[in-house]
Amino acid sequence: MNEIALLIAATIASGTPIALAGLGLLLNEKSGVLNLGAEGMMLIAAVAGFATAFLTGSDLLAFAAGAAAGALAAAFFGVLVIWMNTNQYATGLALSLFGGGFSAFVGAAYVGKKLGERVPFEVPFLADIPFVGPALFKQHPMSYITIGLVLAVAWFLYRSRAGLVLRAVGESPESAHALGYRVRWIRLGAVMAGGALCGVAGAFLSVVYAPLWVEGLVAGRGWIALALTTFATWRPMRVLLGAYLFGGVTMLQFHLQAQGVEIASQLLAMLPYIATIVVLALISRNPAWIRINMPASLGRGFHPNS
Amino acid sequence: MTDIVKRRLLSWAGLCAIAATAALVGCGKKDEPAPTAAAPVASAAAAAPAPKPEPLKAAWVYVGPVGDAGWTFAHDLGRKEAEAKFGDAIKTTFVEKVPEGADAERVIRDLATQGNKIIFATSFGFMEAMLKVAADFPDVKFEHATGYKTAPNMRIYDASFYQDTYMAGVIAGKMTKSNTLGFVGSFPIPEVLRNINAYTLGAQSMNPKVKVKVVWVNTWFDPAKEGEAAQSLINQGADVLLQNTDSSAVLQTAEKNGKYAFGWDSDMSMFGPKAHLASAVANWGPYYIKAIEDLKAGTWKTERTVWGVKEGMNDLIKIGDMVPEDAKKRVEEIKAGLKDGSFEPFTGPISDNTGKERLAKDTKADQAWKDKIDFYVKGVDGKVPTGK
Repeated sequence: MNEIALLIAATIASGTPIALAGLGLLLNEKSGVLNLGAEGMMLIAAVAGFATAFLTGSDLLAFAAGAAAGALAAAFFGVLVIWMNTNQYATGLALSLFGGGFSAFVGAAYVGKKLGERVPFEVPFLADIPFVGPALFKQHPMSYITIGLVLAVAWFLYRSRAGLVLRAVGESPESAHALGYRVRWIRLGAVMAGGALCGVAGAFLSVVYAPLWVEGLVAGRGWIALALTTFATWRPMRVLLGAYLFGGVTMLQFHLQAQGVEIASQLLAMLPYIATIVVLALISRNPAWIRINMPASLGRGFHPNS
Repeated sequence: MTDIVKRRLLSWAGLCAIAATAALVGCGKKDEPAPTAAAPVASAAAAAPAPKPEPLKAAWVYVGPVGDAGWTFAHDLGRKEAEAKFGDAIKTTFVEKVPEGADAERVIRDLATQGNKIIFATSFGFMEAMLKVAADFPDVKFEHATGYKTAPNMRIYDASFYQDTYMAGVIAGKMTKSNTLGFVGSFPIPEVLRNINAYTLGAQSMNPKVKVKVVWVNTWFDPAKEGEAAQSLINQGADVLLQNTDSSAVLQTAEKNGKYAFGWDSDMSMFGPKAHLASAVANWGPYYIKAIEDLKAGTWKTERTVWGVKEGMNDLIKIGDMVPEDAKKRVEEIKAGLKDGSFEPFTGPISDNTGKERLAKDTKADQAWKDKIDFYVKGVDGKVPTGK
């Protein structure tokens, strides 16, 4: 029983960075801009966050630094893609590659360094409840903030005027432009917000989850978050579900291996990906649902004078 | 600004950036040459007697970054030791982060063309690339770590990590309270299986009730995944962890959970002061010195060199104060036994975990037996994933 509680706790911790990055990409893509540079942004933010935590000892500053680094990298991408109208896919890939090299270069001084001792966090009374306590209430605060952010983004997109405008820009930038909205600035805002969230995810990895810095720390989670957003048909709650599913099956397959289950470890390693794809594809198989939720102008540039 | 002007501006800016980068790269150096004390030529040493002999050029190819505090870091320490020993007589260079594959061939070929007389490739995946280049440069000596293919001018060298893991097992057997040990494995290849088996045998020699659980992460290096694997082992009751992967995440996870673990590839004690029991390390310096000496003396020949504790290649260091005296004493005994050749961790009877006998009673395993291990010994849970 205790093992299952621990498994649930590990699932939440494991899914948090992916959920954060997926959420950022969701905001990005809802405005019509596809940012393939998630991995690069997460890496740059991870090194920025780690360096800040190492130099100042403050987790809060580290997360802020990560968000700022992510937003900055995203802004760079945004200017290229939104004003210069460069190809979104190519620019995003370039950002990913750049992020990898840049983070390795800047982070060279921080490899092998260690952050200070951390007191494990527990929600005061709720953590003592027999099963539910260890399962749900012994997470790093960022895990709870992530859930809050998902709800906030869902509310923002579907219940607020600003979110409506964002979605409109993503569906048909020409119409939004005709109505007088400043499409390019709205897109830049979404891109930067998305970058900031990816940045927080990256900083979480290097400051809380690992916690250390080495080249390639993110190990593909940015790409996973990208795929996740698509498979979750751009709905925030599904992104969260997919992230937890992915994290959960990852921990489950380690759990099964440690149990001595006689399935090849390579097959078990495939499970998280297969499970996430299958579940999300199944719940989103209605083509009408996909059409409603996919931002119609995703990946296409917009020019106000054309 | 109109679109066309914007586009022109952008393309010019891009071209200039590329040109500048190319110039920088061309003029700078791709790899870091060792600062040689080699004669500042001019020198008022008017009475300079015999002309100084050309320093021997030696090069190293690394698969990871030198700062990884692990595998590559240890090799680079070895290179530095060789440099310190030979001083002016050699000039070393290294190239780091070389991906295993076509790029490796290019890098090795480049180093050979630059006049390096001996080249060390420090990862299994460089084998084919090195073999190809060796065929084209008969005057250059090639050394490959952890491989198995050779040529008249290419030979192989390896360490014996299983000796370290056996000693770690001895400590683990004494420190465990739950009688369950954990191992985070990279890939199910004979070398790693050998390490797991030695760990188990070492632990069982102090505590026959011990069981070992193994989790494979299918990568040499992914700190987040290693941490997750470690957590899942701890969740299942393991309280002493060992790893075959290259980051400190396993040790850090153990520290976070109040359990024990070992460092791997380098001294990782600072990453888990309460959890760190000892670190299993390799010292490549002595071998690199020997290889260069062979070359200078003209006695270099193709062979396979596997060194261990006896030659100073492997060691278990920084044993923590929390380890009881009897375990420490046993580790010292084992080291002495390894040094004088009287002790072999793989001594029969050894059966695998399906009950089949693999090594007869009182037989000491030879290198061939150790190279072909494809099973778990009794006490390890699960089945070896066959991932041919």
